[in-house]
Amino acid sequence: MAEPRPAEMPSLGTGMLQGHQNDDSFTDPSEILEDPRLEEVLGKLDRELVALRGVKNRIREIAALLVIDRLRRSFALEAGPPTLHMCFTGNPGTGKTTVALRMGEILHRLGYVRKGHLVSVTRDDLVGQYVGHTAPKTNEVLKRAMGGVLFIDEAYHIYRVDNERDYGQETVEMLLQVMENRREDIVVILAGYKGHMDRFFNDVPGLSSRIGHHIDFPDYSIEELMEIAHLMAEERNYVFTEDAEKAFEDYLRHRKSQPRFANGRSVRNALDRVRMRQALRVYEMSSKGRNLTKNDLVTIHADDVLKSRVFGGGAYDDEERSVTSR
Amino acid sequence: MRITQGTFSYLPDLTDEEIENQLSYGIAQGWAPSIEFTDDPHPRNVYWEMWGMPMFDIVDAAAALHEVRRCREAFPNHYVRVSLYDPTLGRQTTALQFLVNRPDDEPGFSLDRLETADRRINYTLRPYAARKPHGSRYGG
Repeated sequence: MAEPRPAEMPSLGTGMLQGHQNDDSFTDPSEILEDPRLEEVLGKLDRELVALRGVKNRIREIAALLVIDRLRRSFALEAGPPTLHMCFTGNPGTGKTTVALRMGEILHRLGYVRKGHLVSVTRDDLVGQYVGHTAPKTNEVLKRAMGGVLFIDEAYHIYRVDNERDYGQETVEMLLQVMENRREDIVVILAGYKGHMDRFFNDVPGLSSRIGHHIDFPDYSIEELMEIAHLMAEERNYVFTEDAEKAFEDYLRHRKSQPRFANGRSVRNALDRVRMRQALRVYEMSSKGRNLTKNDLVTIHADDVLKSRVFGGGAYDDEERSVTSR
Repeated sequence: MRITQGTFSYLPDLTDEEIENQLSYGIAQGWAPSIEFTDDPHPRNVYWEMWGMPMFDIVDAAAALHEVRRCREAFPNHYVRVSLYDPTLGRQTTALQFLVNRPDDEPGFSLDRLETADRRINYTLRPYAARKPHGSRYGG
């Protein structure tokens, strides 16, 4: 955003782009379009996040818009900053928070926000407990987030329409004002489950229309979940044997049909359980006097997966506990 | 009479852009901006009123500038200053302080001479504005 505008600062301008002020004139866009920062950001997003086509496409569009805006500015075509406030909806574990965390960095690299830090808050950080407590509290948070991204998780909690003494209304009003008037200073991202968010938008007229991007995070397919499992295992330096892989896929199929399936989060929890069982197996192996190789330490066998309670037709697996404790 | 207090006070008044630059610099040094206002221009007046809390956790100068503007709007005829506090252990003091708003009309000071024993004279400064009660100075 800090690019000097030729119209104002002719002597410092963008070199060759100047002087071509008539409509058909040709500009060499390569230096802006082939900005290495952009490809780096988008490439990283592609590599590290599985699936989420819609999300990635939207980010690509935003990136393109910001780049083209820079080009346009070199012709002194002003457009003003676009609305980048977003709303992420989707089931648990579909990657809303992960993407939001990346958004700060992405928008910073694209030169849309100045600092690119992310301030992650929930209702407790915004809404006060007594009259006159809410405004300063919300104001503090907004100030902290300026120059970066304000991420409001479970945003539908902010305002409860059935409770008329709820102070959330004040927060919502301040948010609306900031989202409208200070678009160049702050990007607001709301996240929450689809149904809840829809109700929230119904209760707060004018909020939905101030959000430029409503992005829905779909549930993952089994293949995508496997891909996630691979990425996670790789991050933690584990390798599945072929049998273990099949077993894990089976596990996911079972788990997915059970209640409280939380997509990526379930995969992570399952993987953590598998790691524990693997650790126990390896530990017992060594106490029987076998020497351990590095291979033993990194390999996950089918047995480690198959011991899960999900296969026994039991409860929702031992993972239930870890889900609720989050 | 133009009051000169704090850094940059012999320069023309800072524009908002310049203020933001100064704030950016301070924040980058890890200093915390705070805003104060008063209608008592005496140089020894250390009791300025605070405009909100010091901003220890902001990252971007836009937030501080936003508060400067709000303070100015509320007190267009007061002196408003920004202080940048350096919290590093061993320093823990104001690192930079400058005025960001002043009344349109600054009547200045009267110099009082008090004759004491042996023809000695004690001097004291008295702001003309401070003759009116707090809150009704500078036409406010």
